[in-house]
Amino acid sequence: MTKPEFTVTQYCRIRENTISKNGNALFNNPNEPFSRFADNAYRFLNMAYPKFHKMDNLSKLGLLASDIMLNNNNLWNKYTPFEVGVVLSNQNSSLDTDIKYYEQVKKGVASPAIFVYSLPNIVIGEICIRNGIKGENSFFISDHFNASQQVQYVNNLLKSNVVKACICGWIELMGNTYDAFLYLVEKSGDTKGSPFNIQTIEDLFNNKIE
Amino acid sequence: MTELKENLKKQIVEQLNLKDLNPADIGDDMPLFVEGLGLDSIDALELIVLLQQHYGIKLAKAEDGPIVFKSVNTMAEYIMANKK
Repeated sequence: MTKPEFTVTQYCRIRENTISKNGNALFNNPNEPFSRFADNAYRFLNMAYPKFHKMDNLSKLGLLASDIMLNNNNLWNKYTPFEVGVVLSNQNSSLDTDIKYYEQVKKGVASPAIFVYSLPNIVIGEICIRNGIKGENSFFISDHFNASQQVQYVNNLLKSNVVKACICGWIELMGNTYDAFLYLVEKSGDTKGSPFNIQTIEDLFNNKIE
Repeated sequence: MTELKENLKKQIVEQLNLKDLNPADIGDDMPLFVEGLGLDSIDALELIVLLQQHYGIKLAKAEDGPIVFKSVNTMAEYIMANKK
């Protein structure tokens, strides 16, 4: 069997008050709204990153997922900051924060701290700042998770050597409904994982791979 | 003045979401930016909103910001001097 060119080496899922990494449940905090779930997860993970508390919920979701996925990954033993990219997507963009900002504007005084999160790609910025990533990044909006589009786009980045590793996935949040699915793609080597193709990504997203 | 400073410390922690910090941990003369609380440029804007919301004071000149927001002491002095 031919070795795949690129491999999904890590993945993480956060939804319905549960965090899992590579298919194994790490943290469960039932019946809590997202803001309290996120705060409790932050403490559970000993993140020690005070800026987390200033973020909007979409960025908190992305940061939690990336922290969990990249923990013990030794990314910087293998790549320079410009060799790691981030490609994410979701359905509702930054609408959750946009609505909060709009409600404040109607009252007369709006918070600059909320305004700065009224774009969906800010979550990418927060992940990059936290991890020192400086490579190519993009954020796509679509009705549903489009594995085909993402695999094709990220394949192009990897094959053209724009990046050597890429954090990819779906970071969706609206109110207390959220779903984060992040995965790391790297050039196939000694690292174990699943071949990076549409079928793998669809299966991971649909929980068909444990 | 002491009560004003205590209120300011609580408002700073709340408005800037400094959840890892207790208001009592903020010294009256502790620098709010860089080596002190480590606040950033967005926090500076939030402090301007705080003055407006809680004390009805609009910072007239942007260049006064670094002086006014140097510490809780300087904020309290500015409020006392400009409160209507």
